[in-house]
Amino acid sequence: MKKDPRVVFGRCVVYGLAWTVLAFLVLPMIIVVPVSFTDQYYLSLPKEGLSLQHYAAFFEKEIWLAATLDSVIVATCSTVAALVLGTLCAIGCWRLASNAAESVRTFMLTPIIVPTIVQALAMYRFWIDLGIMDTYFGLILAHTLIAIPYVVITVSASLANFDVRLEQASRNLGASTSQTIRWVILPSIVPGMLSGALFAFTISFDEIVVALFITSRNVYTLPKRIWDGIQDHLDPTIASIATMLIVITLALLLTELWARQRRRARLTERIEGGEA
Amino acid sequence: MHASLRRVYWWLIAPAVLLMLVFYIYPLIQVLWISVTDPVPGLGNYSELIDRALIHRIWMTTIRVCVITTVITVVCGYIVAYTMAQVGERQRTWMMFCVLLTFWLSVLIRAFAWVMLLRTQGLINTGLQELGLIDQPLRLVRNEFGVIVGMVHFMLPLAVLPIYSNMTGIQDRLVSAARGLGASPWVAFKDVYLPLSKPGLIAATILVFVFSLGFFITPALLGGGKVVMISEYIQVSFEETLRWGQATMLASTLLFSVFLSLALVARFVDLKKVFGAR
Repeated sequence: MKKDPRVVFGRCVVYGLAWTVLAFLVLPMIIVVPVSFTDQYYLSLPKEGLSLQHYAAFFEKEIWLAATLDSVIVATCSTVAALVLGTLCAIGCWRLASNAAESVRTFMLTPIIVPTIVQALAMYRFWIDLGIMDTYFGLILAHTLIAIPYVVITVSASLANFDVRLEQASRNLGASTSQTIRWVILPSIVPGMLSGALFAFTISFDEIVVALFITSRNVYTLPKRIWDGIQDHLDPTIASIATMLIVITLALLLTELWARQRRRARLTERIEGGEA
Repeated sequence: MHASLRRVYWWLIAPAVLLMLVFYIYPLIQVLWISVTDPVPGLGNYSELIDRALIHRIWMTTIRVCVITTVITVVCGYIVAYTMAQVGERQRTWMMFCVLLTFWLSVLIRAFAWVMLLRTQGLINTGLQELGLIDQPLRLVRNEFGVIVGMVHFMLPLAVLPIYSNMTGIQDRLVSAARGLGASPWVAFKDVYLPLSKPGLIAATILVFVFSLGFFITPALLGGGKVVMISEYIQVSFEETLRWGQATMLASTLLFSVFLSLALVARFVDLKKVFGAR
């Protein structure tokens, strides 16, 4: 069939626009990379040569390393907590499959919808009453609450593809509830749990609004340091941190894409093998 | 299922629900409660919504910025998603890659990149000055332009993903059929494709609008105190004046607006689908 020139022209315009939008998305992040290697003492593109001074500043200054450590501690603990609680909740709701369970699952999504500033204010007030202001426990608790909905969503999604009959078979063969969960359900929802964990970790590692409200000196996470750095004098160290975070995000994303492609390849192999 | 077995499953749900009720819902209710009891019981705090010009202005700014952001984001997101649904596998993977990279990268880092580019001595201004295109630096940040640029950048992946996932379910044969029956490319798109992609479009609009309303980080950093939206004002009125009554009143109003927007659209679309819970 001969292509209508109007269609071809329209298509070129739309595709061009789409790539322009994508350039708008990606370019600002890419430009950070050369800036991080600047030889100047302020944020700019390298003038006379490349320099690693802003990376050195990150690894030599106590405040940046301490902040990174705080962030890793808080993110790890809240990821584990959110993963356990969220997964159990998703399994329970899925297996009960009643209207009440469905409402519970909807209810668990509340933290996604409530504006961050509102929850920060609410937690501030209550955390004072509890006496857990500016403690690791307080921030971990807050981040766990914020992250649970994402685990519930991702685990529920992978449970939706899980065949209920497998679970019944396991029970008929005499397995207890905990054995069934451990040996039958958990292995098949591992991908959902992994992406839930990744969500939880990223959210905690990046969270700033609640941290600004409920922590002060004792717990000082990386986002808080970055926030200070942007507001004070645009510390160029942030450009080096940004570059490192971009590289980490890129690596994780590539791994994920690679794993997905391998899964798909294995699936096609199996299907074709079955047909042959 | 046996009653005893059902009880076991309720026990699995209980810890998460209890945690949420005690440490999340109760504090929220406390905020609502303070807003009508501090400093004196009654709706005194809420009368400021009507009386005070400053609060009017902040709400107007918030709604204006949110509406503009939503429109730009959804239109751009639709173009990207549509192209992704049309092109070949290779190109699609690359496009998806760009979207996901942005989606996963730290919000703070993205706002930082924009401040670095847009400020008075930023890369764009110095670049243009060195090229001799401008004498005076352009004002790109600390105004609504800067805030909207940053917000669109943050929201775009949130628009592309639902629109695209809806589009993958649309059969291209329908558009071909319309073309075969004599519709022009534009008419075939407008009367066949667009209506079919409406669920994704609506989902994206809701997500972007609701998240914009309560957005704090990007407006605070790129607005530089000049463009104050409701979230930032809540923080300021709480930190600087310590007026709990006012801060909680504004927070409650923000919470209500979010739930009101969701309730309005819940009549047209399945919200659980929008948030990926189903």
